[in-house]
Amino acid sequence: MTLVKTSYNRRSFLKTTTMAGGGLVLGFSWLASCKPEVQQQQVAEMPKEWFDLNGYLKIGDNGMVTIMSPNPEIGQNVKTSMPMIVAEELDVDWKDVIVKQAPLNTEIFSRQLAGGSQSIRQGWESLRMAGATAKHMLVAAAAQEWQVPASEITVSNGEISHKASGKRAHFGEMASAAAQLTVPEEVKLKEHKDFTIIGTSRKNVDGKKIVTGQPLYGLDVQKEGMLIAMIAHPPAFGMQLKSFDAEEAKSMPGIKDVFQMKTFEDDYNMSAFDNTAFKNLVVVVGETTWQVMQAKKALKVEWEQSPTQEAKMQIFGREMNVRFPEGLEGTEGHNETLAQQGKITQEVARKDGDPEAMFKKAAKIIERSYSCPFLAHNCMEPMNFFADVKADEATLIGPIQTPEIMEQSVSARLGLPLEKIDIQMTRMGGGFGRRLYGHFLTEAGVISQKMKSPIKLVYTREDDMSMGVYRPAYHAYYRAALDANNNLIAFHVRAGGIPESPLAANRFPAGAVDHYLAENWTVDSNITVGAFRAPRSNFIAGAEQSFLDEVAEAAGKDPIDFRLELLKKAQEKPVGENNDYEADRYAGVLELVRDKANWGQEKAGMHRGVSAYFCHNSYVAQVLDITMKDDKPTVEKVTAAIDCGIVVNPDAAKNLAEGGAVDGIGHAMYSGLTFKDGAPEQSNFDKYRLIRHSEAPKEIETYFVENGIDPTGLGEPPFPPIMGALANALYKATGTRHYHQPFITEKQVVG
Amino acid sequence: MATFNLKINGKTQEIEVDPSTPMLWVLRDHFQLVGTKYGCGIAQCGACTIHLGDNAVRSCQLPVSAVGEQEVTTIEGLSENGDHPVQKAWLEVDVPQCGYCQAGQIMTASAFLKSNPNPSDAEIESAMNGNICRCGTYTRIKKAVKMAANPDQS
Repeated sequence: MTLVKTSYNRRSFLKTTTMAGGGLVLGFSWLASCKPEVQQQQVAEMPKEWFDLNGYLKIGDNGMVTIMSPNPEIGQNVKTSMPMIVAEELDVDWKDVIVKQAPLNTEIFSRQLAGGSQSIRQGWESLRMAGATAKHMLVAAAAQEWQVPASEITVSNGEISHKASGKRAHFGEMASAAAQLTVPEEVKLKEHKDFTIIGTSRKNVDGKKIVTGQPLYGLDVQKEGMLIAMIAHPPAFGMQLKSFDAEEAKSMPGIKDVFQMKTFEDDYNMSAFDNTAFKNLVVVVGETTWQVMQAKKALKVEWEQSPTQEAKMQIFGREMNVRFPEGLEGTEGHNETLAQQGKITQEVARKDGDPEAMFKKAAKIIERSYSCPFLAHNCMEPMNFFADVKADEATLIGPIQTPEIMEQSVSARLGLPLEKIDIQMTRMGGGFGRRLYGHFLTEAGVISQKMKSPIKLVYTREDDMSMGVYRPAYHAYYRAALDANNNLIAFHVRAGGIPESPLAANRFPAGAVDHYLAENWTVDSNITVGAFRAPRSNFIAGAEQSFLDEVAEAAGKDPIDFRLELLKKAQEKPVGENNDYEADRYAGVLELVRDKANWGQEKAGMHRGVSAYFCHNSYVAQVLDITMKDDKPTVEKVTAAIDCGIVVNPDAAKNLAEGGAVDGIGHAMYSGLTFKDGAPEQSNFDKYRLIRHSEAPKEIETYFVENGIDPTGLGEPPFPPIMGALANALYKATGTRHYHQPFITEKQVVG
Repeated sequence: MATFNLKINGKTQEIEVDPSTPMLWVLRDHFQLVGTKYGCGIAQCGACTIHLGDNAVRSCQLPVSAVGEQEVTTIEGLSENGDHPVQKAWLEVDVPQCGYCQAGQIMTASAFLKSNPNPSDAEIESAMNGNICRCGTYTRIKKAVKMAANPDQS
């Protein structure tokens, strides 16, 4: 049995408890707003009263439980899986649970952020504690009423019982009394073997609303008197607003105002999450979306080249100088830079042994370079936000991965204290890292403040794709040395990017090779970048795993055996310090995928590639099968083996693993954002390629390692390695290696 | 500005609007039918798919003036209680991740199955190819379309 110290703010808690003791916690309007969830759950009746046991949950007098899902939902399924963890420790029947999106409340919840695949991993303990604490209080209330020892009371499926006396009660009957108790100092958590909800597949709690088109997303927000706002931004990076003529736009039907806006004050110290290239915008406000779109087209704006800008940025409490050089950049120049930088000696990030000496005496040297382009996140729901800013308070509603951080930006820009700003989280039409960067909240706030009206800021797809915050363009140069017996004796990686490096110097195969060198470089750019699903790993994994495939081939070894040999060495006799992976878990997923994919027994005409990677605390190995028809590859099957510890919601986890594989194949094969004279050359889906139905794998199978380790995340880990598996399978199928993404632009794949 | 009488989800409704306004924005801004989604505005992603009569069309490229007497069906009107076979299959397979594109996927799939009740895998892929899912739920979408076509066999 696990005993954990509860970590609640007991004072604010007691306040809630007192309120609850008074009877009705929240009024009728709240109950009404809850109705759709009830219909969805097909629960017969709503409770007449609700009792607050802690910020995570309320219990109704009929035993129904409302669980608040603390974190933003971007499609990673936390709105279902996080409440499942609370429900597990509470021991409530899942069918009696209503899930609601929690408000932003840093006193009750910690880390209300969607990023780094951390929601489940970092929420695990507090979610369990919330359920266990409430159960403890319900049991204590029953013990008091029945005059029996709490230790003799058992709880199952929302029913409290005492065997010896035969007394029974459902949660609802004890909720009122429980709500008046003090929060315990310590609570017991369940043994993993006693889990009845965790580890079982539960359907998406918003599923019914999604398939019936109910309002869920930021773009769906509609409020009385709300106006629509759009922005016009420079057409190219390295440019800024010079002047504009709004006369025609202003005279168009439905248009309320056209004006210039500064997203931030000049002396404001931006945080990394405020990142935006264009801080001086033209705003069009009107009655309907279509009217504003038309007026935006009628704007006459003059742009000019902007000077080099240096900014101090707050990045997780550290102040960093970021430089945005002047000039209009292009993909041709970028590609030259990438290739050039990959050829010259760079800053050493890690060195083990004497790699240069080993390269001198090597029997065989393999040397390869890999690259990838900028990518736009392209969430299906374009950036948007609702804002209603009044003289002394502001309400903002919409899709944001970092509500807690953006609240500070909005507060600074609007001149309102934090407690007067209410940010409400909607379900998001995709995140992928793009909605970590919430300049659009500040923009919406400024527009509403100026208009003295509720507004919804809407980006067109073109705005969304051309406003920046992209996945950087990366490059990696690799070199491996084999001795006469085909042992890997030295390994060298030199990685960098514009303007960020993808290098992870302490990851595999660091620790597995005696002589190892990692070099790092970056080149400044005025094109803004940000985290994109599995930042850095989303390139370096595929490059490294393609390279290892080639090294294994040169060594005459099976690619899985070759990796396992290295991992064995890393486990038994690790080289160097700070190796950032557990070799046995890494090997575990490779062994599992070898077994499940029947590695080595593929049918004639089936071409396979394998890849494995560790990032965001989880291990993923994938085998990808290709067939060729008329010189065109078809991905027949992906088999994945994953170690993310305990799997909370298996079918939903499989869904994420499937999506990660499709997404990885899509971006490696088809996607890329190119630039000319500073302007993105693709700004909608006619030119920007995303993977489509017919290009997706025909079949995806996912297997999980069962090891009972506390759970880690799955939003990102299945995405990076598949790019390597794809490249390796394409090589088997076509005889050609692919080094530069997107592969589709390389002739051989087109056929 | 002009006046139009539109048949939407079985009800006739009057609206005064610029005739060039796409049905996407008429539905979303004027009738609060926000299930039909904006994704690209140029008929490339399929998020805005509705039915015009029996046909799946991209509402972002359909001016209100072109609708005339034809029946418009949106995701909200596809079934009375969200129990159209395609919706049921979507729930059974638990297709959505972020969910944003799924209304469009469902509208394309339901019109397609009406014209081709027992499609092959290749026909499903081809019919659904105009609907982008950024989360990559394509394999589940295909499974759900097959389930909706043959609910007994799944």
